[in-house]
Amino acid sequence: MELTTFWFIVIGVLWTGYFVLEGFDFGVGMLFPVLGGKRYAKDAADADKRRRLMLNTIGPVWDGNEVWVLTAGGATFAAFPNWYATMFSGFYLPLLLILVALIVRNLGFDYRHKRPEQAWKARWDLAIFWGSLVPALLWGVALTNVVRGVPIDKNMEYTGNLFTLLNPVGLLGGAVFVTLFLTHGAIFVALKTDGPIRREARALAGRVGIVAAVLAVALLTLLGLEHGKTVSWATTVVAAVALLAGLAANARGREGWAFLGTAITIGMAVASYFLMLFPNVMPSTTDAAFNLTVTNASSTEYTLKVMTIVALVFTPIVILYQAWTYWIFRKRLSTKHIPADVSLEHAAEPDTALRS
Amino acid sequence: MDATDLARWQFAIVTVYHFLFVPITIGLSFVVAVFHTQWVRTRNPDWMRLAKFFGKLFTINFALGLVTGIVQEFQFGMNWSAYSRFVGDIFGAPLAIEALLAFFLESVFLGLWIFGWGRIPEKLHASTMWIVHVGTLLSAYFILAANSFMQHPVGFRFNPDSGRAELTDFFAVLTNKVQLVTFPHVAFSAYMVGGGVLMGVSIHLMRRESLRASALIQSVDTLGSSTVAANDNHGDGELTMTAQARQATALRADVPLYRRAARIGAVLTLIAGIGVAVSGDIQGKIMTEVQPMKMAAAEALYETSPQGEGAPFSVLTIGSLDGQHANPLIEIPGLLSFLGTGTWDGEVKGINDLKREYAATYGATGDPTLVDATTNYVPNIPTTYWTFRLMVGTSFAAVGIAALVLWTTRRGRVPTSKWVLYAAIAAPLLPVFGNSFGWIFTEVGRQPWAVFGLMTTASGVSPSVSVGEVITSMTVFTLLYGALAVIEIKLFLAYVRKGAEPFEPPTDPSDQDEDAPLAFAY
Repeated sequence: MELTTFWFIVIGVLWTGYFVLEGFDFGVGMLFPVLGGKRYAKDAADADKRRRLMLNTIGPVWDGNEVWVLTAGGATFAAFPNWYATMFSGFYLPLLLILVALIVRNLGFDYRHKRPEQAWKARWDLAIFWGSLVPALLWGVALTNVVRGVPIDKNMEYTGNLFTLLNPVGLLGGAVFVTLFLTHGAIFVALKTDGPIRREARALAGRVGIVAAVLAVALLTLLGLEHGKTVSWATTVVAAVALLAGLAANARGREGWAFLGTAITIGMAVASYFLMLFPNVMPSTTDAAFNLTVTNASSTEYTLKVMTIVALVFTPIVILYQAWTYWIFRKRLSTKHIPADVSLEHAAEPDTALRS
Repeated sequence: MDATDLARWQFAIVTVYHFLFVPITIGLSFVVAVFHTQWVRTRNPDWMRLAKFFGKLFTINFALGLVTGIVQEFQFGMNWSAYSRFVGDIFGAPLAIEALLAFFLESVFLGLWIFGWGRIPEKLHASTMWIVHVGTLLSAYFILAANSFMQHPVGFRFNPDSGRAELTDFFAVLTNKVQLVTFPHVAFSAYMVGGGVLMGVSIHLMRRESLRASALIQSVDTLGSSTVAANDNHGDGELTMTAQARQATALRADVPLYRRAARIGAVLTLIAGIGVAVSGDIQGKIMTEVQPMKMAAAEALYETSPQGEGAPFSVLTIGSLDGQHANPLIEIPGLLSFLGTGTWDGEVKGINDLKREYAATYGATGDPTLVDATTNYVPNIPTTYWTFRLMVGTSFAAVGIAALVLWTTRRGRVPTSKWVLYAAIAAPLLPVFGNSFGWIFTEVGRQPWAVFGLMTTASGVSPSVSVGEVITSMTVFTLLYGALAVIEIKLFLAYVRKGAEPFEPPTDPSDQDEDAPLAFAY
């Protein structure tokens, strides 16, 4: 196999890892106001307990999940500098929005619990919700447009603007990402919790899952009709079957199998995207001669060799220790496991004593 | 202002901002790892309290370092696409390796450390913070290797067919002589920051607890005498008195804890300060050799010193620094030659000679990606001159504070005068800003180059990104980062004020009640 092909696959795998893992924490973030909202919670205190419970299912792992996209970005830079340069400069404003969203969302995870005040928590809850929804939507829009092709000139520069990307199919791609991640996230909550929230998450996953299935099949068919190959149709079928099987398992309360189902769906959907792309990495709608391909976008053979050695040695190690942390934090949580709020009052006590 | 200037400003804003948090992360992860390990080794509750306390401060800081780091990974492609195409073959590899080797280690093991209380065995738990620390150092190593390539490109060839720089020897890139001295310089600077934060926070709390205890004892005394005077038979006063006396004892009990932490911080700052100075000295010599213009710019040295006469080191100057009206106030004869070359009369070239030399070397290549007739080979001299002095000055001041803290806390002493408060504020800020000044100096001093001698900064900017887009992103980042700085500092200070929590014996993960609340949760 050519090294360029190998690195195309590696980057596909990195995006798959990113969406399978961060997909469910995007989902959990988007479900914050739902499963932790008025409809399900008894009162404000219960709502907060539920949100904290959801947050703690992803607490130890979300940060590791996010590194997959940094690695995907870095690997694209190293292996296909022209792809990295064209895509990142071309999709400037969507990427800016994604960055802002990820920044406020991550700080929401880290800072929400650090003060007890309701207003403080409410602000970070908004950050977590929008910070999960916006990247899910925009990654969907961006990557769907990559597969469809965007205007690129002979100097490999993107010549469209933000609105070029907001076409119906691109937006459908965004909707598919959002609904798939919602389903994936709801199943993850059901898998990791116990008590009422577990049942509610399961029921929700069933309902959103149907919408996701319909939209995903429509999207992959639309894309497939134009860019499909036998293998990409095969992965599309696997994705659809896995989603339906996952939803069936979810309906029977088999959350582990259900989660495996949505994970395979996301993985196979990303695989379909990459298979439709190959051997292009960013086709041009201006002129097929301006397509960015695995050949004209790639680094030199020497760089790819160095990177291959590094990747082959370290990727398995990374996967091993990351999987191990999931094992460490495998215990199901319920609201009774959530300790009392942190208090910043401790230090004030002596002062009060002094005044009295 | 054109797109290049805007892109440079944005890069400066987001990168300098990011690097406020980076040295704290590197330095404090080391401090917390040491405290946690000491707890496991000695079972002295003080270590556990310190590990948890500084661990909290560490995570508050780490969160911002992490999120601003994501921007770094993306912005080369977003704002510097021509640069990314030109050097991606070389520059992309260390970035990708940094993510794979360092970011995963930091993120995954920090998650384990934060949530590990009562869930994983103690020794393993303490080691997770060491792994985080190793991750931060690996991260620094790879990104500095990438930066060192920009300062002094090695291990590559220019391919005229593809029109880009191509990697020929990755090992040479990793062992670039600029890199080998820059990495220790940056690592020591980070330890200095870690020491500064530890020292500053601890002397403040030491002083506060000591003052509070004194105030309480005083009020107990007054209360005691008034009780006696009123001949109170109800015993209420008596009760309050005992409670307050107990509190005063508890407060006083924490004074030695913070005093010890402050002294550890001071020692760390001192040792790291020596490391910074030694590595910086070697760096100066290498810089004189590979980037003579940067050395001349650091000194605003316009004319090469005459044969046999060393170049002076300008300590302070007034005037415009434009070479016409240099009015050095204080100069040390020959010192610049000694710093730059190791001998008191070694030749250090001046800006004017170098300008001619650079024009002859690089102007003649006719390389399209590189220079044109308008290229100015001289960086912004006032910036380089003053940031260089501020970098050195803040570091010396931080070392001075460390020495002062060690002296005034000797043999059990607990200073409580007002200067302690000022020292507490200056101790972390001086080395943090010292890092910023160092980076501004070295990056501005490299101009007009993005990659020295290979590509100018002006030719590296993204051609497809409009001025409006850069203005948008720059505004968004500046406002967002400003707001986040306020939130972060407030939160950090709130947790400093809270102080170290009382000791709680850890629960053994094996015999924990299944339904018990988690020892730590978000």
